[in-house]
Amino acid sequence: MATKKMRKATGSLLEFACLLSALLVLLALCLILYYIFRRGIGAINIPFLISLPTPVGEPGGGIGNALIGSALMVALGSLLAIPFGIAAAIYLDQNPRTRLAAATRFANRVLTGVPSLIIGLFVFTVLVLRTGNYSALAGGIALAVMMIPVITLSAEEMLRLVPGSLREASLALGASKKQTVLMLILPAATGGLVVGIMLAVALAAGQTAPVLLTALTSRFWLENLNQTSASLPVLIYNYASSPFPDWQEQAWGAALVLVATILILNVTAQLFVVLRNRRH
Amino acid sequence: MAATEQPTRPQNGEGVFPYFTAAAAVLILLLTGSILLVVLWGAWPAWQAFGPAFLTTSIWDPVQNLYGAIPAVFGTLITSLLALALAGPLGIGTAIFLSELAPPWLKKPASFTVELLAAVPSVVFGLWGLFVLAPWFRVGPGQFLEDNLGFLPLFQGPSLGIGVLTAGLVLAMMILPTITAISREVIRAVPQELREAMFALGSTRWEMIAKVVLPTSKVGITGALLLGLGRSLGEAIAVTMVIGNANLIPASLLAPAQTIASLIVNEFPEAFDLQLSALLLLGLLLFIITLAVNMVAVWLVHRTAQGIPSSKEKRRGKKLTPRRCLGDGH
Repeated sequence: MATKKMRKATGSLLEFACLLSALLVLLALCLILYYIFRRGIGAINIPFLISLPTPVGEPGGGIGNALIGSALMVALGSLLAIPFGIAAAIYLDQNPRTRLAAATRFANRVLTGVPSLIIGLFVFTVLVLRTGNYSALAGGIALAVMMIPVITLSAEEMLRLVPGSLREASLALGASKKQTVLMLILPAATGGLVVGIMLAVALAAGQTAPVLLTALTSRFWLENLNQTSASLPVLIYNYASSPFPDWQEQAWGAALVLVATILILNVTAQLFVVLRNRRH
Repeated sequence: MAATEQPTRPQNGEGVFPYFTAAAAVLILLLTGSILLVVLWGAWPAWQAFGPAFLTTSIWDPVQNLYGAIPAVFGTLITSLLALALAGPLGIGTAIFLSELAPPWLKKPASFTVELLAAVPSVVFGLWGLFVLAPWFRVGPGQFLEDNLGFLPLFQGPSLGIGVLTAGLVLAMMILPTITAISREVIRAVPQELREAMFALGSTRWEMIAKVVLPTSKVGITGALLLGLGRSLGEAIAVTMVIGNANLIPASLLAPAQTIASLIVNEFPEAFDLQLSALLLLGLLLFIITLAVNMVAVWLVHRTAQGIPSSKEKRRGKKLTPRRCLGDGH
């Protein structure tokens, strides 16, 4: 049997290794954020945010159309995924033990694990191949497919947090199940639902592969949803893979805009959760 | 008036509402099923053309319309396993630190910071990997490996910066938050009484961790590792940007290669007919692999969460956490 000193020393050593790995993970995050900020900040100014890309070699040019394209496709995705996801979650909450509920939960789990690339392939085959053209509409639908399982999962959890006593009180007063859901459970869970939606939006905004395979890219303003559309992630991918230094510079600028948006969404959601838990 | 009417007709107040919500649930089932069917349908011509030989052929030649899965499958497996080997120990160590060792005031902010890493989009990891990590790797560790271990088949050839090892590094960074966050959840589910009992028996903190916490959460941690593996297998854009995209079985860890996902991203926009179908067949293969890995992972994580005795009590008083908002897969 080892002496007490030995045991303590081994423990300290291994605990130190754990501390080191935590520091390393933190370092990785800091390195990424540092470089994005340092290399991106120089590229960002007002014209960069609102103008169209210019041809290679011409100075200036911006990410205006990519910003609009991304915003529109994410909005379209949300518009489709939010009602859908919340409705499915209401079903799961109201009928937790039916066979359909079990199957839907399973399908949802599967769907969260499907690589985003495969979702791109799916929407490509169903929409782009059929209609013969890439479109912002297809991009929005691909993002909706990405968002649906996330919203359903979070909404189900949030609805379950509404206490049973509240539901029983409502039913005892003679309200129908529909009234209970719409006027009591949903309002009570709104905060949690919003957090889930924000995280789903952040997830969708950063997707590259599904958008690349469905909306492709464009160097012009989006005029209707049947056109190809630029988007921030695809622009970063294309510019980073290009051999032109000024495009690469713009890729960093676009990355800063994208990461800042996504981190703000995540931090706001987190603050919301912290404040809410403190109140209860 | 309305208040007096409703109690008499409780059944009729529902309208189409229950059908509407049930339809949404059914649609999720249909959606998931149709993803599988559509990819299967798209892949069918290639399967008819090549059959099982597709899985054992190592040529990918769009010019001659000859396609085989070996290089891409090999690249996918090797980069993902590398990532797992790098991120696994780091992630578990970080999870132990966050749940057992860190002072209480640090636990929440530090865990949140790790989860922020998961929010960084894949293309940004790719950008960073291509312009920061790869150039550093080429002259730093890569050059070192080339000079000192170049005689090993594993590290043959020049250090290019981009290649299998760089892709593995970037993937490792991307799956670290998944492994850390889920391991931490699983470790946190270990009942406090077990820890106290170990201390009462006179063990040190590390002995408590090594002999009680880790064995109790072993299955769940395995699940966390598999979820990380699932994420890296399907990762597309970041890998495409740093792996070098060469359609052959890499000669060494420093050489460029291709994964299933990067091959699809590279060739899909220009592909048609048989090439398109072959890419979809690869996609189907990727779908099946990630599906299997993810299902085993979810089952393992789920089993631990239920198998530990007092975790049920803990769950009853559960609070809102962002992890719950995202489910197990993220």
